[in-house]
Amino acid sequence: MVVAVTGLVLFIFVIFHMLGNLQIFLGADALNDYARHLDELPYLLWPARAVLLAALLLHVGFSLALANENRRARPVRYVHGDTVQASRASRTMVITGLVILFFIIYHLLHFTFGVTNPEFFHLTDAKGREDIYSMVVLSFQNGWIAGTYILAMFFLCLHLGHGVSSVPQSLGFSESSGLRKNFGRFGNLAGVLVFIGNSSIVLAVLLGKLK
Amino acid sequence: MKLDAKIPAGPLAEKWERRRLELKLVNPANKRKFEILVVGSGLAGASAAASLGELGYRVKCFCFQDSARRAHSIAAQGGINAAKNYQNDGDSVERLFHDTLKGGDFRSREANVYRLAQVSNAIIDQCAAQGVPFAREYGGALANRSFGGAQVSRTFYARGQTGQQLLLGAYQALSRQIALGSVKLFTRSEMLDLVVADGRASGIVVRDLVSGKITSHAADAVVLATGGYSSVFYLSTNAMGCNVTAIWRAHKKGALFANPCFTQIHPTCIPVTGDHQSKLTLMSESLRNDGRIWAPKKKGDGRKPSGIPESERDYYLERKYPGFGNLAPRDIASRSAKEVCDEGRGVGAGGRGVYLDFSDAVKRLGQDSIRERYGNLFDMYEKITGENPYQAPMRIYPAAHYAMGGLWVDYNLMSNLAGLFVIGEANFSDHGANRLGASALMQGLADGYFILPYTIGDYLARNGKGQAAGHPEFRKSESAVSSRVQKLLAANGRRTADSFHRELGHLLWEHCGMARNRAGLEKALERIPALRAEFWQNLKVTGSGEDLNPALERAGRVADFMEFAELLCRDAQARAESCGGHFREEFQTPDGEALRDDKNFSHVAAWEYKGESVDPELHKESLTFENVSLEQRSYK
Amino acid sequence: MNFKLKVWRQKDARNKGGLVEIEAKGVSADMSFLEMLDGVNEELIQKGSEPIAFDHDCREGICGTCSLVINGIPHGPERGTAACQLHMRKFKDGDTIVIEPWRARAFPVVKDLVVDRSAFDRIIQAGGFVSVNTGSAPEANAIPIGKESAERAMDAAACIGCGACVAACKNASAMLFVAAKVSHLAELPQGQVERGARVKKMVAQMDREGFGNCTNQYECEAVCPKEISVGVIAKMNREYRQS
Repeated sequence: MVVAVTGLVLFIFVIFHMLGNLQIFLGADALNDYARHLDELPYLLWPARAVLLAALLLHVGFSLALANENRRARPVRYVHGDTVQASRASRTMVITGLVILFFIIYHLLHFTFGVTNPEFFHLTDAKGREDIYSMVVLSFQNGWIAGTYILAMFFLCLHLGHGVSSVPQSLGFSESSGLRKNFGRFGNLAGVLVFIGNSSIVLAVLLGKLK
Repeated sequence: MKLDAKIPAGPLAEKWERRRLELKLVNPANKRKFEILVVGSGLAGASAAASLGELGYRVKCFCFQDSARRAHSIAAQGGINAAKNYQNDGDSVERLFHDTLKGGDFRSREANVYRLAQVSNAIIDQCAAQGVPFAREYGGALANRSFGGAQVSRTFYARGQTGQQLLLGAYQALSRQIALGSVKLFTRSEMLDLVVADGRASGIVVRDLVSGKITSHAADAVVLATGGYSSVFYLSTNAMGCNVTAIWRAHKKGALFANPCFTQIHPTCIPVTGDHQSKLTLMSESLRNDGRIWAPKKKGDGRKPSGIPESERDYYLERKYPGFGNLAPRDIASRSAKEVCDEGRGVGAGGRGVYLDFSDAVKRLGQDSIRERYGNLFDMYEKITGENPYQAPMRIYPAAHYAMGGLWVDYNLMSNLAGLFVIGEANFSDHGANRLGASALMQGLADGYFILPYTIGDYLARNGKGQAAGHPEFRKSESAVSSRVQKLLAANGRRTADSFHRELGHLLWEHCGMARNRAGLEKALERIPALRAEFWQNLKVTGSGEDLNPALERAGRVADFMEFAELLCRDAQARAESCGGHFREEFQTPDGEALRDDKNFSHVAAWEYKGESVDPELHKESLTFENVSLEQRSYK
Repeated sequence: MNFKLKVWRQKDARNKGGLVEIEAKGVSADMSFLEMLDGVNEELIQKGSEPIAFDHDCREGICGTCSLVINGIPHGPERGTAACQLHMRKFKDGDTIVIEPWRARAFPVVKDLVVDRSAFDRIIQAGGFVSVNTGSAPEANAIPIGKESAERAMDAAACIGCGACVAACKNASAMLFVAAKVSHLAELPQGQVERGARVKKMVAQMDREGFGNCTNQYECEAVCPKEISVGVIAKMNREYRQS
C-alpha cells in the first residue's frame, strides 16, 4: 500500500515534470521562464521536493524490503519454472526500478547539481535567467547522454506500465475485471506517453530540430 | 444379544422433544472435565467436533487428510433437503418424513427418520448464519430445486458445490474452536483401532501418517464419523482415501455392523473408459431436473445420438414411471439403466451407458440458463470425456456411491458398545435400503449439529469419566496395530495392494452390485476368502513404516476391505428379499420392481464379529411402523 | 502413449531432493494425470522401489488435495482444471514432463511431491469464519440476500484451498486464498459484524506464515482451478484499508 501511494505520487510528479519539460518546444524563452517561476516559488518548491524525496525513499525502501521478503518466501526455486500471464514488466519491477533510481541520481547530478557536466550548468540567457534551454540542448547533442536518457525512459515506461495499473488494485479500487482491464490499458498508455513525451525532447535535439 | 433402539415412547411428533427432556445434562463447569474423540472431519465429524467444542467439552478431532477441509463430504454436489416449504408446494416435516421413509423402502426406523425431518430446518438456518452462500431468488429469499423421490422442491443448494460449501461452513466453525483451544486437530492421522476397556469405548489408536508413530488417545467417549465404505467396489464415486477401516476395527472390537448390503448405486455417473480408471465421477442428480434419460429402441444402434429420430428413442424412465419420470429414486433409475444395457441397448464404448439429454431444456430455457444451473457439471463432463455436452447428450452409467449400511446405533446414535457413538454415513440409521438425493448432507449435519451434542452429554452425565490411558487395553491395542503394520511391511510377494483391490471390486460389482442373486453371492463368498488368502501371501509393500508411505496406507485399507467384503455378501445373501438398493433377482414383481418381504425381513440385520474364522452372528432389530402403512413403493 | 517424467523425489523435509527420470509407458489418452502416476507407482512397487508420494483424494477437482507443478505450471497446462482432472490427451506422445511440488517457505515438503499446507488452516483459524454457535441462528429467510450478492459470495467461496495460487505466484504470496475467504464473508450480511477484525487477523496470520507479497502479476488467477478472480484481492485490499 505504501508502495502504491508513493508510486502514485511519483507518477504524478513524472507527468508534471514531463509537461514542464515539453515547454522546450515552445522555445528557450518559455522554458527558462518556467524554470525561473519555479525558482521564485520556494515555499512551494521545497516542500514539494521534500515530499518527492520522502516518497522516493519510501517507495524504494519498501519495495526492496518486500522484494527481499518475496525472495525468502521461496527458498527452493523451481527447477522448471514457467509463467502463464504475468507480464515481463511485472516480473522486472525491481530491476527497472533500480535502473530508474540510478538514472534519477545521475539526472539530478546532471541537471540539478551540475556535477557531471559543469560546463553547461551556469549558462545564462539574454534576459539573465539561468539558461536551462541551452543546458538541455547542449547536453543532448552528446550521443551518450542522449542514449542514456532514452534508455532510462524505456525502463521508466515498463515500470510505469505495470506500476500505474497496479495502484488501483493495491488500493482496492479494481474489483471488476473490466476496471482492471482499463486500468491496465491506462498504465501502459501512461508509460508509453511518458516515454514518447520525454524522449521526443532528446530526439528533437539529436535530430537538430532544437538548437 | 438384545438390541434396544431406546426409542422414546409417545406420539411420533413428540418423541425427540421427550427424549431431550429425559436426557441428563452435564453442567457447564463439568463439561471441560470430559474429553471426547471425534474421528473424521466431514460434515458429521466437523459439525460434531465444533458443536461439542462450543459446549465446552475438550475435543480431539482426527482426519487422515492433510486438512479437515478435504473430507469427502466436500464432493457432494446437488443439495440438502429441508422441510421449510418455502416454495408453498405442500411440503412439511410430515411429508419429508414420508418421502424419506418410503424412499428407503421401509427399512429404516420411523422415529429416527421423523427426527431427521424435524431438525432439517434448523440446519438450513445454522448454515445460512455461518455464511454458506446458498442460491437465492432475486428477492433475496432462498432458492430450491427438486430432487429424485420427491414431488416438492425442498432442496437447498449452492451451485453444484453444496457439499463443499456446507463442509466449509462446518470447517470454519471447527477452525474457530481450534483457535479457541477447545478442539485439538490431528491431521494425517489414521485411526487403526478402537480401545475397549471394561466394556466401554475408551480411546483409539492412531498412526501418524507422516512419522509412522503409533500412539493411543484415551477419552470419555469416542465418536466415529468416518464415512461410508463404497470404495469396497474399487470403482466408486468416493475419494481415493475413503475406507472402511475405522468402523471395521470398531466392529472387530464388538460394535455391530448393520445392513452392510444396503449400498447405493448412483444413476448419473460418467461411464468407465478402461482398466486404468481409478474412480468414477458423479454428475449431480440435479441434472435429472432438466435432462431427459433415454436409450435407442434398437439393439446395438451405432448411430450418433443426433442421428436417432425421436420415434426411435426410448425415454424409459418417463415411460415406466410417468408420475416421477426422470426423477425416480436412485435405485430405480440405476437398475433401469442396467436393464437397458443388459438388453444390448447401451451406448458408448463397451455398451455400458445411456444418454442424458439436455436438448429440450436448452430449447425451453436457453443455453445460458442451463449454463447457470449446471455449468460446472458440464465443464467437468467435458474435461473428463473430451465431449461437449451442450452439443451432444451426456453418456451416463450407474456407479457405487453411498453406503446406507454402517455401524448399528440406537436412537441416541450410540452403538452397542458403551461410549462409542457413530454419526453420518458411518452409521446405518436413517436411510433404510435407499437414500434419497440431498439427504446425506441433511443427515450428517443433523447428527453432528443437533443430535449428538445432546445425547453424548446424557451418556457422560450417567457414566462419568472413562478409563485412563494407563489401562492395559491401550498397550494391547497399540502392539496389535504395530504388529499388523509390520506384517504388511514384511509382505514380499508380487502384487500391489491396488491390484488386489481392483480384483475384489470387480468381484463385488459383478455379484453384489446393482443386482444380486443367490448363485452369484455364493460364488463371491467362495472367492473372497481365497483372494484374501492370496493377498496375505502375495502382497508387495515397499518402503518403511517410519515415514509417509502411501503403499502401506493403501495395503492396510485393502486388507480391511478384504474382510468386510465377505460380510457385505453374507448380508446380501441372508436378506432374501428385494428392497431399495438391495435387489435380489429372485425377488421381483412381474414388471421387474423390487419385491419386499415385510413378513420376514422387516428388520435391521446387525452382525456381530465372532472371530477370525468363525461365522458372524446375526442379530435382528425388528422395525415396527405405527404411523405409516407399508406399501409397495410406486413411482408410477 | 509414452512419456519421460522428471519427478521431484525428496525423502523428507530435512533431506535435499532432486529430479529423477522415470519412464511412463503404455499410457492411454483417457487417463487422468494422476492415473498415469498410479500406473508408474504400480510398476515402481513391483520393482521393489518406493512409489512416488503425491497428495490426492477426491479426483474430481473439489477437495483441493492434489498439488503438482507440471512443467512449471501448478495443476498443469489446462486452465481452470485441477491436476486430478487433467487428462493425458492434453499431452503429446513422447513429451518430457517435469513434476515438482508446490514450492514456498510456508509449504515445506513432507515427501516427494507432498507438501504441508497447514499454514492455510491457521489462516482460517485466525478469523476466516462467522462466530455463530450451533443453535443460535435466526430463521434462514429472515435475512434476505440479493441474488447478485449471493453469486459474488459464491464465486469467492468456490476456493478449494489447494494452494496453487501460492505455488504459481512469483513471490509465493497467499493473497488470492486469503482474499477469497475475506471477500466471501464480507459480501454477506452474516459476515458484517466481524468484517474489520477478520481481515486484519487473517492478513496478520498470513504474514506470520512467511508467504510473500502481492505484486499484482495475476499468476494466481491464471492457475486457479476454480478460476477465482484477482478482483477478490482488490476487494481485500479495500477491506484492509478500511478496517
